[in-house]
Amino acid sequence: MTSFLARRRRVAATVAAAAAVLVGVSACSSSSGSKTVRLVAYSVPKPAYDALAAAFGKTSAGKGVDVKGSYGPSGAQSKAVLGGQKADYVSFSVEPDLNALVKAGKVAGDWNTGPTKGLVTKSVVVIVVKKGNPLGIKGWDDLIKPGVKIVTPVPSTSGSAKWNILAAYEHTIAEGGTPAQASEYLKQFFAHVVSRAQSGSQATQQFLSGTGNVLISYENEAIAARQAGKPVDYVVPEQSVLIENPAAVTKSANKSAKAFLSYVESEAGQEIFVSKGFRPALAGAKIGTVAGANDPANPFPTPAKLITVESLGGWSKVNDEFFGDKGISTTLEKA
Amino acid sequence: MSVTAPETRAAAVAGGWGTPRRRRGRVREGLPLGGFSGTSLGLVVLWVSLLVLLPLAAVVGKAFGSGWGDFWSAITNRENRDALVLTVALAVGVALVNAVMGTVIAWVLVRERFRGSAVLEFVIDIPFALPTVVAGLVMLALYGQDSPIDVNLYGSRIGMFVALLFVTLPFAVRTVQPVLIDLDRDKEQAAASLGASPPVVFRRIVLPQLMPAMSSGAALAFARALGEYGSLVFISSAIPYHTEFASVIIYGKLQEQGDAPTQQASALATVLLLASALVLVLLDLLQRRMARHG
Amino acid sequence: MADVLTAPANRPAPPAANAGREPIRRTALGLRTLAVGYVGLLVLLPIGVLVYQALKPGLSLFGDTLTDPDTVHAYEVTAIVAGVALAIDVVFGVAAAVLLVRYRFPGRRLLSAFIDIPIAVSPIIVGLALILVFGPDGWFGSFVQDRVINAQPGMILATVFVSLPIVARAIVPVLEQAGVEQEQAAASLGANAVQRFVRVTLPTIRVALVYGAVLAFARCLGEYGAVLVVSGRIEGETETVSLRIGDLFDSDLNTEGAYALTLVLMVVSIAAIVVGSIIRRKRL
Repeated sequence: MTSFLARRRRVAATVAAAAAVLVGVSACSSSSGSKTVRLVAYSVPKPAYDALAAAFGKTSAGKGVDVKGSYGPSGAQSKAVLGGQKADYVSFSVEPDLNALVKAGKVAGDWNTGPTKGLVTKSVVVIVVKKGNPLGIKGWDDLIKPGVKIVTPVPSTSGSAKWNILAAYEHTIAEGGTPAQASEYLKQFFAHVVSRAQSGSQATQQFLSGTGNVLISYENEAIAARQAGKPVDYVVPEQSVLIENPAAVTKSANKSAKAFLSYVESEAGQEIFVSKGFRPALAGAKIGTVAGANDPANPFPTPAKLITVESLGGWSKVNDEFFGDKGISTTLEKA
Repeated sequence: MSVTAPETRAAAVAGGWGTPRRRRGRVREGLPLGGFSGTSLGLVVLWVSLLVLLPLAAVVGKAFGSGWGDFWSAITNRENRDALVLTVALAVGVALVNAVMGTVIAWVLVRERFRGSAVLEFVIDIPFALPTVVAGLVMLALYGQDSPIDVNLYGSRIGMFVALLFVTLPFAVRTVQPVLIDLDRDKEQAAASLGASPPVVFRRIVLPQLMPAMSSGAALAFARALGEYGSLVFISSAIPYHTEFASVIIYGKLQEQGDAPTQQASALATVLLLASALVLVLLDLLQRRMARHG
Repeated sequence: MADVLTAPANRPAPPAANAGREPIRRTALGLRTLAVGYVGLLVLLPIGVLVYQALKPGLSLFGDTLTDPDTVHAYEVTAIVAGVALAIDVVFGVAAAVLLVRYRFPGRRLLSAFIDIPIAVSPIIVGLALILVFGPDGWFGSFVQDRVINAQPGMILATVFVSLPIVARAIVPVLEQAGVEQEQAAASLGANAVQRFVRVTLPTIRVALVYGAVLAFARCLGEYGAVLVVSGRIEGETETVSLRIGDLFDSDLNTEGAYALTLVLMVVSIAAIVVGSIIRRKRL
């Protein structure tokens, strides 16, 4: 009888110990080895980073390196890293999300002094439509016609949203309009928005699932959708904004992460980005044919009027002006 | 006296809620909580209770953290208010449908033996065991854009309603079923022998006895539907003022930078918690009153 | 008194049907059709369509999704999170059930209510609550930073929260039914609490415990909303199968893959309740 009980007690104790060990192990399993790169990025470049990680693994610097990616809305990811999520390599949609990390001391201040000025990809804002462009959308002004339902994410979490709103507003100015007219356009634009997506890729998914009939997104996202065989077309409007996506390694990053960043910014890395529909950040990078682009042989046309954030005064100014508490976009959105 | 299988399932599913006090040698005695065993048990339970209570307290605390004014504006803001109204309306609708259909199904399972009732029993448990994300995609497969039967409920409130019916199916059935099983047939037979027709027998004799179980099943369905996320988020397009519901707003706010969104999320969460609590407390009171009268 | 459960319900005899009372039969038939039709349309039809959608693109694509390295990682993460959560659930469930039924103490009613709370709480609110306590601005501040939220312990906590009542509630009715006589007898024979528990209580509740554990496991396996909030979406680390399905759908635009993995998760969940039913029936 005693042995029976003793056995039972031992079993119970073992189970308890095992549970404790498991919890401990699971807590520890999240520790980084020097061969792990913790990548925290915005939502749309996931397929590109997956390809980059695979290719990097084949190089000598990348042998045996495990890239653990976390993807989500640019703003939310930035907030997560600020809140303590471990990150070695961060890649955001808009500069302010990276600057927040610099201000918090997680990223060195010289992140943008490299050959690509801290950027890893570029793109432009495009208008995505259902295959065949049934509504005949040709540009921004068509978007405020009756019956148009716009899908775009929310700027409170998404970087894509900020690019989109900027482009929507600035296109009027680029056409020769006044700020008042631009504000009026943006107000009507918002009136046509039907979605509440949190990230660029979520907006794409909503659009593909049947929400709305027009999606504003990155050119690379439109190309990615077409590469995935989705029935969409896209229009590069005459006026658009040059999208520039920054990336950097954190102060606590290991050697593998730094090597990964170098790879991403190198010719080889940039070519992979290009194949996924991104415009390269490295000057002189080779642009071959890009499947899924409107014209695969000439995948990255330059819009007639390409607006840069630099010309608007830089992201700090723009972020406040548009998305601050009293920002243009913030006020108009609530109207 | 043995515990029957559906009862166990019911208890597990319904969490023992509202299973009316039954006639089971009701000596509510027990050992005093002293000694090693009692204390250690108590400690275990205490620790885990803290896991539940403290975080929930934190939610309420955060909601009111910056004062009543912020709380009020968070829930009366047009977008949030519309979402709350929709969420509650859907939950009430689902609760009512389940009260009726749950009883019908339980009746059929208990009173009508037919080939395939075992299958029915099994199928009813499926929504309870399915992960919510699975339920969500299952709904989307049939009612979404690529539906093979050409029904597109994506982005519609009807689609959301159907998804909620799916996940709440087991609740009412499993609370009513054990009561039906244990029902004393004497009164029904007496009424029938006095000439009452079956519908009358049902309405005047059976239904009152089922009411506690029906209402507890409905209350559970309500509480579940109120907070549902995974199964709703795929079929709903979460369009503000139209198909946006409470938990999706809360989730969105958690992703936003800054502290105010978290406070607003907590405010909405508090409203949902209060609504569930209210319903369950009312239910308990109702049942105690019914037990006294029946 | 080894096993107290009988699987086939003690069904009362079919109603004394008065032959020739057509309206009754028609109503009975009508009700049956209604019930079967409702459940069939609501549950079976969508599930059938999902199976169709998942297998439509072909078996090779199906296989590809399931063996994708990220998906394989998700299996591992799910196993750890669900496994540990289940262990905690069982320990708590048994302790709470025994406490509730066999002991008396002030606040017993309150405890009973508290145990049931998770049923009424939205999973998203669970996540929010955990973030408020364990997050960067939480009560523990930076001490637990990144060790709980955005890491597996946080996911385990979230999963435990939502599945907590299941095991307890499966055991309580059985314990109540069983009554204290046997345990009192054992006590009078000199058995201490542990012995009473192991030799008397445990066999009594064994089947209910297993069934509760199976249901709880299915719940742990499938938790989505709560884990979504506390996970950092880190591939290979904080991505469970449920989350992976969401990601396949949202970020990868891989609808076929999402359906494929959904089918797998669905089969596993249904297998769980089948296993539970079999265990219960075998115990007769």
